[in-house]
Amino acid sequence: MCGIAGLYTKSPAAGAELGELLSRMLGQLSFRGPDSAGVAFYRDPAPDGWCKISLYSGAADPGWDRVAAGLALAFGEVSPPRVRATHATFVIEAGGERVEAWLSERHPELRLMSAGSSIEIYKEAGPPRSFIERFALEEIGGSHALGHTRMATESRVSTQHSHPFSTGLDLCLVHNGSLSNHNRLRRLLQRQGIRFQTDNDSEVAAGYLTWRMREGATLEQALEGCMDDLDGFYTFAVGTADGFAVLRDPIACKPAVMAETDAWVAMASEYRAIAVLPGAEDAVLWEPEPGRVYSWGTAPVA
Amino acid sequence: MAAPDATRDALESFDLAAGTVRELNMLLHAPACTHCMRVLNPGGRHSVAVGLDGPHEVEIEGHVGYYCAGMNKLATIRVHGNCGVGVAENMMSGTVIVEGSASQSAGATARGGLLVIRGDASARCGISLKGADIVVRGSVGHMSAFMAQKGTVVVCEDAGEALGDSLYETRLYVRRSVASLGADCVEKEMRPEHVEEVRALLARAEIDDADPADFRRFGSARRLYNFKVEHLGSY
Repeated sequence: MCGIAGLYTKSPAAGAELGELLSRMLGQLSFRGPDSAGVAFYRDPAPDGWCKISLYSGAADPGWDRVAAGLALAFGEVSPPRVRATHATFVIEAGGERVEAWLSERHPELRLMSAGSSIEIYKEAGPPRSFIERFALEEIGGSHALGHTRMATESRVSTQHSHPFSTGLDLCLVHNGSLSNHNRLRRLLQRQGIRFQTDNDSEVAAGYLTWRMREGATLEQALEGCMDDLDGFYTFAVGTADGFAVLRDPIACKPAVMAETDAWVAMASEYRAIAVLPGAEDAVLWEPEPGRVYSWGTAPVA
Repeated sequence: MAAPDATRDALESFDLAAGTVRELNMLLHAPACTHCMRVLNPGGRHSVAVGLDGPHEVEIEGHVGYYCAGMNKLATIRVHGNCGVGVAENMMSGTVIVEGSASQSAGATARGGLLVIRGDASARCGISLKGADIVVRGSVGHMSAFMAQKGTVVVCEDAGEALGDSLYETRLYVRRSVASLGADCVEKEMRPEHVEEVRALLARAEIDDADPADFRRFGSARRLYNFKVEHLGSY
């Protein structure tokens, strides 16, 4: 069992409260996933030609300033690191893929959590309520966000095994469920050049989406492909630069509720995580149908 | 019919924004007590009003989480909102009315009583039903009445895929389309006694905008389990 939350705000006023609202949602879902928690926030887009990255370090002194200095030497301008607990974000005058390649060569001790224009991923092992506090989620604003609380069933509890998993620039995945063909699929994807940090099943789903979109599929096509190629149970929420998408497997053992008001669109594993949002009592509520892709945001992701 | 607001207002109230579900349920379980209770601010909480064992009347003012009214015996529980997974699961008797929609596995394994859902019910409505009657004013999702053994499911709109898969002796009535039938579930003749059965259930559910004559009947082909006609009385 895990908990998923997604929140898309329709106005800057609602966006200013994004972190506060997502924290409330994660708090309600903490009993569904007491092992670990994670979030992806979409906020403060980098200027054209720049990218934003989130990095994780398990070291007591990660030396973020040294990392920033190295990035500046390699690429030109770099923003000062914005440190949030064990993570830091940087905005760099370069494309995300170039930065990713440089980091894996120069800083193999760091883990790249996300790259793109606006995405920031933070995740950590430990109780969700401590995570919310330690990462000061309440203060983070933005346009939309995803969250996850994990109860591990098939691989160990660690920062890297936590959700969300990056699935490419500005894309990430959170998963409630379990996949049974992930070992075979991981080997197949590795032969296609997709890299994995863990033996986690959900990371394979993320890698699958990365691969399909790299081969030209839209996000919707890649999600529809899950129904043919993934064996197991899932409710997925996928964050994009413009919004988020939701898919439940056709058997639909894993729950999901969606709600919409004039101010926001929300999805969660359980209604109780929506009940804590302002205006929830007047929201339009529905249960997403099995095997159908739902998406919010301005444009479909190519 | 919902109780008139004046009547509901007069009931003793329990506010779940202030007290816990456990406190509410302990109050409702108190021996020799027939509470008429109005539950405020359920906020999607799980296990609201479960295990009742008396002729209580409980009005729940909002949406609830999982297993609301589970194991209900004798009580009448009305949810003025939507329900999460497994509303009225394993109900023994009494009546549970959901004014909104219900999530998966509504009425799972219920042995007796009446479950009315005024909106839709999603997947696996009436899974493994063991004798209760379920009336859904809207539609039901896929795999509804899976392995259902006894009782009745009446659906006033559509049924999703694999209706009645591996069905035993539950009787299924659907007014509109059925996406597909599950293994061993077949359409059967709608005889006058079946129209009467639907009429009586709709009347008990206080649904007056569906004509009993418009329903189709589905049941087990009895090829998948060892049906013996001499055991018919035990279903």
